[in-house]
Parts: sequence; structure tokens; C-alpha cells
Amino acid sequence: MADYAVEMVGISKQFGGIRALDHVSFAVKRGEVHALLGENGAGKSTLMKILSGAYRRDAGEIRVAGQSVEIGNPHVSRRLGIGIIYQELVLAPDLSVAENIFLGDLPGLIPWKQLQERSGAILKEIGFDLDPKARLGDLPLAYQQVVEIAKALSKDVKILILDEPTAVLAPPEVKSLLGLIKKLSHRGVSIIYISHRLEEIFQVADAITVLKDGRTIGTVSPQEINSEQLIDMMVGRHVTELFPGRKRKVGEVVLKVEKLRFGKKVEEVSFDVRAGEILGIAGLIGSGRTETARAIFGAERKGSGTVTLNGKRPSIRAPRDAVRAGIGLVPEDRKAQGVVISLPIRQNATMSMLGRFLAPFGVIKTKTEGRAVQGLAKRLAIKMRSIEAPVNSLSGGNQQKVVLAKWFGAGCRVIIFDEPTRGVDVGAKAEIYRLIDELAAEGLAVVLISSDLVEVLGMSDRILVMSRGRIAGELQKGDFSEANIMRLALRGLQQDGKVTH
Amino acid sequence: METRPGYDFSSLSGSLARYNIALIFVLLVIGASFVSGDFFTQRNITNVLRQSAVVGISSMGMLLVILTGGIDLSVGSVSACGSVLVAHFLGTMPVAGAIPGAVLIGCAMGAVSGYLVAGRRMPAFVVTLGMMTIARGTAFIVSKGQPILVGANGQFLNNFGKGLTWGVANPVILMLGVFAITWFLLHYTAFGRLVTAIGSNQEAVRLSGISIAWYIFATYVISGGLSALAGVVNTARSGVGSPVLGIGMELDVIAAVVIGGASLMGGRGTALNALLGVLILAVIGNIMNLKNVPGYHQEVVKGVIILVAVLFQSGIWTRRT
Repeated sequence: MADYAVEMVGISKQFGGIRALDHVSFAVKRGEVHALLGENGAGKSTLMKILSGAYRRDAGEIRVAGQSVEIGNPHVSRRLGIGIIYQELVLAPDLSVAENIFLGDLPGLIPWKQLQERSGAILKEIGFDLDPKARLGDLPLAYQQVVEIAKALSKDVKILILDEPTAVLAPPEVKSLLGLIKKLSHRGVSIIYISHRLEEIFQVADAITVLKDGRTIGTVSPQEINSEQLIDMMVGRHVTELFPGRKRKVGEVVLKVEKLRFGKKVEEVSFDVRAGEILGIAGLIGSGRTETARAIFGAERKGSGTVTLNGKRPSIRAPRDAVRAGIGLVPEDRKAQGVVISLPIRQNATMSMLGRFLAPFGVIKTKTEGRAVQGLAKRLAIKMRSIEAPVNSLSGGNQQKVVLAKWFGAGCRVIIFDEPTRGVDVGAKAEIYRLIDELAAEGLAVVLISSDLVEVLGMSDRILVMSRGRIAGELQKGDFSEANIMRLALRGLQQDGKVTH
Repeated sequence: METRPGYDFSSLSGSLARYNIALIFVLLVIGASFVSGDFFTQRNITNVLRQSAVVGISSMGMLLVILTGGIDLSVGSVSACGSVLVAHFLGTMPVAGAIPGAVLIGCAMGAVSGYLVAGRRMPAFVVTLGMMTIARGTAFIVSKGQPILVGANGQFLNNFGKGLTWGVANPVILMLGVFAITWFLLHYTAFGRLVTAIGSNQEAVRLSGISIAWYIFATYVISGGLSALAGVVNTARSGVGSPVLGIGMELDVIAAVVIGGASLMGGRGTALNALLGVLILAVIGNIMNLKNVPGYHQEVVKGVIILVAVLFQSGIWTRRT
């Protein structure tokens, strides 16, 4: 008998008429890093919510350290030593590191000294020498994640669930996080690791369980499988090519950006993009990529510099001006910036081009609009019940396609994609790549900002690497490699001696 | 993060809330007819409806403001301005000039609030609190602190306020007209759709290339205009322009909209439910009057109803998120 930290046997869960989990079994050994893999909607989160007490199972058994347990609410799971860290961090940015670690366990009168010593000790133990007195919001995102993990450890966690912890991290930060995970597992903590990034899973996992449509497809060891076979298990079909890799005709310069500035985040950025070209922008988190996109789009009020579009210089002071000039932006945070999640697909898809469907007095021509939205949904292969369904009823990948739909019919000449596949499963990823490629093939100029190096390398015709608000370098197709990107991304930092990794 | 499996909880709780308000209203009316034999007399029903016209007209503007996530505390004072101004103008002008004049000044007051909220990004609560005081003061200055009797020029207005059309009081017909236009705006126009969307996720709407400031501004202008119109209706009914009209009315209007299930966070609320909210409050007030519940006790009951309505709503919220 292996020494299992947690076993979930024959777990089923039904939501209304939908069977979210169908006799799923899953077991994690003590000190094991166990990856949980599957497309969005496969049931990973539901399974983890049952383990953490957020949902109740309909059938099946849960055993923790061999003991059958009943996890009725999150308190029970915490008492059993189960900790969960969500993709979105739930910390208080204005409090200190130490306060965050012990948040929830703070006594009425705070023993500052003791608190700081204990936090310092926990942090040191996991190999991060952070100042417990530092304000959390001043730390880079990766360190905030470390604090979140330290918080879990302060509660004597034996089983730690990480739900897409690296989605918002840049490569070097990912590396240190993966190192930390390994260290924890050597200490006997069992880790359940959910991620869409296969290369991470191969680096860190001891076992991989694949879910699909609420069922267990199988548990495999990373030594006996390659990433292509894993993808086949996840999607149930063979994804031959992730990237379209089509030959496109590159034409005239469409967008020319000169001396773009925005506070200290973007300093003197100049570049151009041609018709039919996909220009990748790589760089670490905080290197100014998103701010560059927002400044071009008029979303940042205090940006300056000139933007030339097809030889003309539109004055762009608000997103409205940018959209009129023919620029579209797929923003990095889908839920906060991309869609109005509670509204129907119909209303979201036409928000950028509503003027096209208006009769006098601003009355919406519902039928014409409906036909247009149906057409867009078909072209983008959005899986939905109907165009009247709210966006929050869709999976992450399909939500993202609704954001894309906003710009597909809007007659744009330039579209800027900021992390277009973040938190999206492999199947939807391939479709989004195909759609981006289609836009470029139609003669649009495309800017692709991404922290996913495989994505930038696979999609771009040319790559700019940003560092500390400037363009650190440009790579042509012949020089494409992860090493070259990272070298440029880190260069600006090393000169200042500010590299911490 | 994953989505919840294809089942749509939010629309379920939404439709539950929608039917609940209509249901509560129907039950309330049935209950009222049992509690008091006088309730279902034509005279009483006409009375209830006529009394709710002022709050009802103003509530449609408030609904639009609340949908964007804002609030307009100035509606009571602006309605007093509308009431006083129309009576004042009638001293020198015909009806065709006096009514539009009063309503336009209400719009202008709304425009000042709207500019400060949408253009200068000041908190709606504080801005409209200031406008509330300014409008009240203006009403007192114009009227020199005294009620203004509507003169001979206002005969048409008096007839309108006291008269019936197809057996329904004219102010009630006006309220239903304002409701119908608001309903149409919210259902069929870009304006209504975007106002709701802005209240749900301002940033996503802005990044779609829409000038959100203009829409937010417009809701305050409409709220100001409708509140002034409500004041005009009150003058028509009573024959007097009163500077003390609508003290505390903003709370009734907000309460009606909230009882109708609108979220003060914005993005949720319908014209029909807001109208039902107005009628629910009016019927409850009416029953208490018929049963001779003393005024102070009525206040307590009204407060409790508002709290229960909000409590019910927050229950929906926690289930949603």
C-alpha cells in the first residue's frame, strides 16, 4: 500500500441537468507533486472545490491520510491540512508581508515582533529572504505568490492545491516558483498542481492525472509520455499543429509608433507594424508591454508620442478615438476589461460597432444585429447555447472568442492582442491562433503581446523584446529562440544590478 | 479559472427576483383588499395611483442613474424647483413656455451634477448632495419662501392635474408614459443597453471605444429633467408651487428603485420592477393610512421594508459570486 495523503474515489457531482463530475477517482501520495490536467470545463476546479469544501459531492468517498472524511465546508478542509491557492491572489496589498501571512489568525492585539519573526522564519525556510515589514503591494507578483504560499504553510498545510499559479508570472518567476514547489514536496507536502502549461508540468510533476468531460481519462507518469500524447488525452482528438504557420504576404507599414511615453512605465518606444504582419512583443511582467498597448489605444490618459496609421495621424485621446481610427485592443484581463460578463454574447460582440446597427433615435436593429452576431459566432466557432446566453455561461476559451468577436466585425486595420490565450485550454488556444493568423492574412497589422514564449515564437514574424519600459532589442525570424528573448529581456535589468533571480 | 458547468445560475436567480417583485405586488394588493374594505374602491385606487405619480416619474430617472452605478440625491429638491418655477413662470408666460422652462432648468441642474460626476470623476453621492442643497435654496429664493399660487395662465395646468383621461387621472397617464419611454429606452436602444453595461463593467465598455462619460452625464440630465417634471405635476395637482415639496423624497425614490430589485452597484434593474417598487411603497402607505397607523409608525415600517428588500438582494448577490 502506498502512503496516500489524499484519495478521492468515485466522486460525482451534478449541477442542475449537467453532470460536472462522473465517478472521478484521484489519489495523491505523500510528498508528491501531482498535476491535474484537462481542458476548461473538464471538471478540475469542481473537483478541487469539493476537496476544499466549497462544494459538496453527490457521491463517492474522500480519504485523507487513510481516514474517510466528510468535508462539509472550508473550515473542515483547513483543519485537515488542505490549502488552496487560486489563480487570482486573495491578499491585502496595503498590509505588510507578515500581516498577510497571518491574516485570519491575527489576535486582537498584534504582537508585531513575534509576527515578523515567525513570517521571516517561514519565508527563509522556503528560501525567500523577503522583508516581513514590506508592503505587499510593492512586491512583484511572483513574490506576492510566494507570500500566498507562506500563508498556507503558516497553517501547517499537508496538501497544497495550486490553481494555475503561473498564469500571471514571467519565465524567471515561474522557474523560482517551480523550485519552491519541489522543495515543499521534499518536505513531505503533497502538491496538486493545475496548469495549462505542459512544459511546467513535465518539469515539476511526479504524476499526471487527466480529466475530460468530468471523467478520469487516466493517471500517467511524466517519464512515460510526451506532450503530444498528453494533449491527445486532454482533447480526445489529435491536435496536429498548434500554430497555423501559413505564409502571409507582408505589405506596407500600417501602424507607426514614435517616441511613445507613459510615465516611467513606457519610455521612448518606437516601432512599426506592416499589413499582414504579426509583430510579437515579449518581455517580463512589468516591462511596459501592456502600458505600451494601452497608451497607443488611448486607454492611458497621460500617454504621449505620435501614432501614425496608414500615413495619417489621428488624435487619440480616448479608446473611442482609437476605435474610430481602426485600432482594436484585446486586453489582458478578460473579465475585468474584455467583456461585460453578466451580459449576453450578443451585446458584448457588437459593443465596439454598435453604431452600425442603429436606426434613428438610437434604436437597435435587433434582427440585423442578431444575424451579424450569428455570423461572428460561426466564424469564431463559439460554443454556446444561443447568442442571448450571458458570457459567464461560457468556458474561458469561448469567453475570449467573444472578446475577439468585438474586433472581427469592427473593420479594424490594427489589432493589439495582450495575452490572448491566458487561462485558455489547448484546444481553444489552437483556434485562437488560427483566428489571429486569419486576421493577418486578410491584411491587418497584428501586435501580439505575450508572456508565453512558445506562443510569441510560434506566431510572430518579428519580435520586439521590452525591458524596463524600453525596447531592448528586435529579433528577426532567423534569430528566434527562447534564450535570445530572455537575454534581451534581462539585459536592461542586469545593467542596473537589479536582477534578483 | 473554470466556468461553472453550463447551468446558468445567474439568470435563474434573476428571473426569480423578477417574478418575486410582481408576485409580492399581487399578494400585497390581495392582502390589502382583505385588510381594508375601502382599499378596492375606485376612489381609493385613483388616489393611490395619483399620489404615486410624482415619485413614479422621478424614479425612472433615478433608475437610469442607479443602473450606471451612480446615485442622485437631488431629485426631491429639483422637483421643488420644478414646482416653484412652473408656478413662477406662469405669472408672466403661457403654459407652453412655463413647463418646458421648468423642465429645462431641472435638466440643467442634472447637467451640472452629470458633468462633475462623469467629466470630473467626483463621487456621485457628494456631488448630488451639494446639488440637493443648491436646488432647495433656489426653490426658496424664487418663491421667497412662500407657496406660489398658479394664476389664470395656469388654467390648462390645473385642468390637466385634476382631470381624467379614459377614467384615469392625467398625472398617472403621464407616469405610465414616462415608464413606457424608459422601458423602450432600456430594451431597444443603444443608450439603454450601454447604460446597463457601464454599470456592470465600465472599463470593458470604455475599451470597446465608447465614451462612457457622455452616457453617465446623460442619465443625470434625464434624472434632473424628470424630477422637475414631477414637480410640475405636483403643482398641476395642487394648484400651488411649493418650495417645501419633496423633502425626503429622494429616499422614497431610491427605495422604490431598490425594492424593484435594482442594484446600487449598477448594472441591474428594470423599468417595470422600479415602477412596481413605486406602487408597492404606495400601497403599503395607503393600507397604513386606511388602518389609521400613526405617521411615526409608518416611517418605521417603511424603513423596515427597505432593509428587508436590500437584505433579500444581498442574498442574491452572495449566491451569484
